[in-house]
Parts: sequence; C-alpha cells; structure tokens
Amino acid sequence: MRRHAPGTESRTAQVLLIGLALTFLAFFLMLPLVAVFSEALKQGIRPFLDAVTNPDAFSAIRLTLIIAAISVPLNMVFGLAASWAITKFSFPGKNLLLTLIDLPFSVSPVVSGLIFVLLFGAQGLLGPWLSAHGVKIIFAVPGIILATVFITFPFVARELIPLMMEQGKDDEEAALSLGANGWQTFWHVTLPNIRWGLLYGVLLCNARAMGEFGAVSVVSGHIRGETNTMPLHVEILYNEYDFVGAFAVASLLAALALVTLVLKSVLEWRFDLHSGASH
Amino acid sequence: MIRVQNITKRFGNYPALHGIDLEIQPGEFIALLGPSGSGKTTLLRIIAGLEFQDEGHVYFDGQDVSDIPVGKRNVGFVFQQYALFRHMTVADNIAFGLSVRKARLRPAKAEIKERAQELLRVVQLEGLGDRYPGQLSGGQRQRVALARALAIEPSLLLLDEPFGALDAKVRKDLRRWLRDLHKQMGLTSIFVTHDQEEALELADRVVVMDHGRIDQIGTPEQVYMEPATAFVSHFVGETNRLPDGRHIRPHDIEIVTAASGRGEGQLLVDNVFRKGGAWRVEGRLHGSETIVEIDVDAHEPPPGIGQTVAIAARRARTFALAEEA
Repeated sequence: MRRHAPGTESRTAQVLLIGLALTFLAFFLMLPLVAVFSEALKQGIRPFLDAVTNPDAFSAIRLTLIIAAISVPLNMVFGLAASWAITKFSFPGKNLLLTLIDLPFSVSPVVSGLIFVLLFGAQGLLGPWLSAHGVKIIFAVPGIILATVFITFPFVARELIPLMMEQGKDDEEAALSLGANGWQTFWHVTLPNIRWGLLYGVLLCNARAMGEFGAVSVVSGHIRGETNTMPLHVEILYNEYDFVGAFAVASLLAALALVTLVLKSVLEWRFDLHSGASH
Repeated sequence: MIRVQNITKRFGNYPALHGIDLEIQPGEFIALLGPSGSGKTTLLRIIAGLEFQDEGHVYFDGQDVSDIPVGKRNVGFVFQQYALFRHMTVADNIAFGLSVRKARLRPAKAEIKERAQELLRVVQLEGLGDRYPGQLSGGQRQRVALARALAIEPSLLLLDEPFGALDAKVRKDLRRWLRDLHKQMGLTSIFVTHDQEEALELADRVVVMDHGRIDQIGTPEQVYMEPATAFVSHFVGETNRLPDGRHIRPHDIEIVTAASGRGEGQLLVDNVFRKGGAWRVEGRLHGSETIVEIDVDAHEPPPGIGQTVAIAARRARTFALAEEA
C-alpha cells in the first residue's frame, strides 16, 4: 500500500468524498428546492400568481414581514445588550445568563409556544387579567411576535459573544481613556468592530423569524387573513389539497431564504477580506 | 504630583494589591517592575481609573481622584496590544481623543487634523496618516498608540508593558526613543514591565513589586546595588544564594589561588561560556548541590571545565529570614 502525507489522500478518495458530498447536497437540498419551485409553476404562471395574490396569501405575506420587521430589530438590540453585558462586564449570574440565552435553541418550539399560551392564554396565569383589560395576546399578532422574539433570541447573541470575547475590551478602554463617553465608544469603536458579525446574526435571525412554524402555530390560532403567517398558510393550503397554492407560497418563502443566503455569502466574503486586511 | 495611598484590591478571593503607598514627582519616569501576578498592571490600571481600588486613595496634584473614571482623569494610556481602532486610519486614531470632545471644548476640524499631523511628526511616522493599523509594523503601531495617547495632552502617561510585543532590536531602539521623548515633553510617565533590564535602563526610579506589595522603591542604582529584600536581589540582576544564607552577585565572586588563603569554598566547574564582556563560570559548590554562577574578567584565562577552584566573596548581602521568599 502506498503511503500519503496528510492532506494528500489518493485521487480516488478525493473524488469519492467530493462525489458523496455533492450527491448528498443534490438529493437533500437541491432536489427539494427545485421541486418546490416546479410544483408551484406546474400549471403555469397564472395559477401561481393567483395563489400568491389571493387576499389570504397576501395577508400572510404581510403578517410575516411585519413579524420579522418587529422581532428582528428587537432581538438585534437584546442580543447586543446581552453580548455586551456578558463580554465586557463581570457580574454575578453571568453564567446563568449565558445558559438562558441558549434556552430557545434547546427547547422544542412547540413547548416555547405553549409557555406563552400558559402565561397569556384565556386559562393562563395572566389570561383573566388581560381579558378584563381587553388585551388579546394569544391567537393574535402580539402572541406571534412574542413567540418569534423568544425563538429567535439566541441568533444575534450567539454570533456576537464569541466575537466580542475574542476582541476583549482593550479597544473600549482605550476609547474611554481618550475621553469618549459610553455612546461614542459604542458607536465609533464597538459597533465597527462587530458590524459584520452583527449583520450575519441579524440575517440568521431574520430567516428564522420568517420561517418559524412550531411556536407560532401554537399561539396563532390559524385565523385566515388575520393571524396566519406564511409557514402556517402553506400548511393550511396543503391540508386542503391546494398544492399549487401551497407550493407557490412555499416558493416565495424559499426565495426569501435564498436572498438571505446570498446576502450572507456576500457578507462572509467581505468579512474575510476585512479581517484579512487587519491581520 | 501623583500620590497613591494605602491601595488595596481583590479580585474575588484573590488579593491583587495590599496597602500600596507611592509618591511620584512631576517629570519622573517610573517603572513598576515585577513578575506576573505581582500586581503591577493592576496598580497601573487603578492609577489610570480603568480599575477601582477596594480601599485607599489616589491623588493627582492633591485632588482626590479615587472615584473619577478614566475619561476624566486626563491620563494617556498605552495598551500592551496597542488597542488601535482597526477600522480607522492612523490619523483618525490619533485624532480620536480630540474628535470625541464636547462641541464646546472640541478644536475645529482643521485644527484637529493639524494636531494629528504634528503628532505623526513627533512619533516619526510622517506620511503614514492614511494607512490603517493593520498595514503597520509592530513598532509603528506602538508609536501610533503613543501618539494617540499624547493627543489629549495628558498630565500623566501610563504604559502597560510598552515593549512586550516587539522583537529585541526594535525594542532597544524604541526604548531609547521613548526616554528621549519623555525628557523632551517633560511628561510624568509610569510604565509596567517584567524586564529588569528595561526598568534599569529607562526609569528614574524603579518600584519593585511582588505578590501585591512593594518590596523596594529606588533609583536603578539603589535597587541593583542595595536590594532591600532577597526577592529584589534575585529579580533585579542575578544573584547566587549560598547555603549559609548569603546572597552574592556573579561579579562579586572572585576565583582566588589556594595559596592566598582567602578561599571560602571550593567550586567544581561544570560549564564556561562567553557572556557579554566576561566569562560566565557555572559550577557546584563542594559538598553541596548549590549551583553558583561567577563572572570572570574576559581578559583573564577562565578555569577549565572539570577543574576545582577556590572562590571568595567580594561583597555579599544577608536578608532577614522573614523576607526570604
């Protein structure tokens, strides 16, 4: 048998490994994606456009975008605040906070949804008080926003904490020693240092906010035209055997994900260039 | 004048500083010298206002600044890894301290720019203002960090291991340059180092620290020639510790002829090599495993390896037992 230096596996092994990876990608990623678009356009462009512009579909798209537009900025701020607190200060309960940030990742989304039902639902802890004051959270938009914020909380923080930990607090201390106040330090020093990581986290957060099914399904109530998001709408159409409709909306959702993915790749590329220049 | 009074600091259960007292005169160049864990950097950061003491006070010109944060103490701080803002040009880095001032205290844009150029000249980096820190060498970054700290016209310049991240040749050049700059600008400066050679070469006075306490404050001459404790004697310069409790510098031991009758002990020579302008002789003291190092004048023939020679002390010190670490 021939011996190889590490990293110079035989040609056959290389071809085999690459082939395996590509086949896997083709079957489990490309094929389903192509299927979604081809099913959506199976009967031509007309039914596709009808399905997408149908008032219920339109309302689902609108709601999804609203949910993302509210929960993503919120989680950007929460994530930044949590990462800042964890990496730049030491305080009791820091490790607990770190663990809590991961909670939405480790709990099933359905359970996350149920937590909010148990808290704010009609039979829930705060339910009677809320209904007495005319506030509706469960089976309404506020509940969906709460569930989405909860589910997508870790994305920004998880992206920023390792980055900010690695960067340490020398830069911030330098800025403070030069007389900058807290806001100036954040705006001129911290934010530029973490901007690519932050954008990356925000994109991931956005992808999940638009795509979340489980938790949202529990709190939404599936009221058409009111509390249906795109993933929920897809499921309803599918259950009603409206395959063109289901796949049309699904293809829109997939397209949004693809845009996010492309943005991410562009950012990664720029991020590499950036860090390449500074080392 | 800077006065540090009875400063104590703990990190959790770890005592970093115990009752530190220190006075620094205007224009002095002070070295805080000690091994890692001696508390020297913590003391520097407390003087800067980047860290706060648990007990004690810091006074700048008689004013108690103990609770004043770093931004209001008007100190220039140079970080060990420079902490340059990597997304800003060198000129913007230097101008940062002036640009973030309140509108009422901020010089005009053109004036800030001019000041940055002036400082680039001071640190001999003219023409590099448009570069980014990532495009500079270590020594250049160090000087940018210094220029940035000087831009706010600090009343006190603090440097944390200023030469730690540089290679030997650059370090030596920068050292000389920094000392000249300190004199030229009439600054009061404190720097932290673990390198005794650096401390002795640069500082007007050296503060030797160990385990969160000051062992000795003195001129380089005093610290080297009259070490106050066994620790100082071993940390600053080299010292042999003999079984009888005496501490002797390698150049304070001489090789004597057996006939002279002055021999205090017998040394079995293990190794002889050149060290600067002298021969370094290493051997074991007869009758013990104590290793002794001796410097012999390079103009004299050194003893051969394996030979046994008689040695005598020209000058030795003993320290109270309590101080033996």
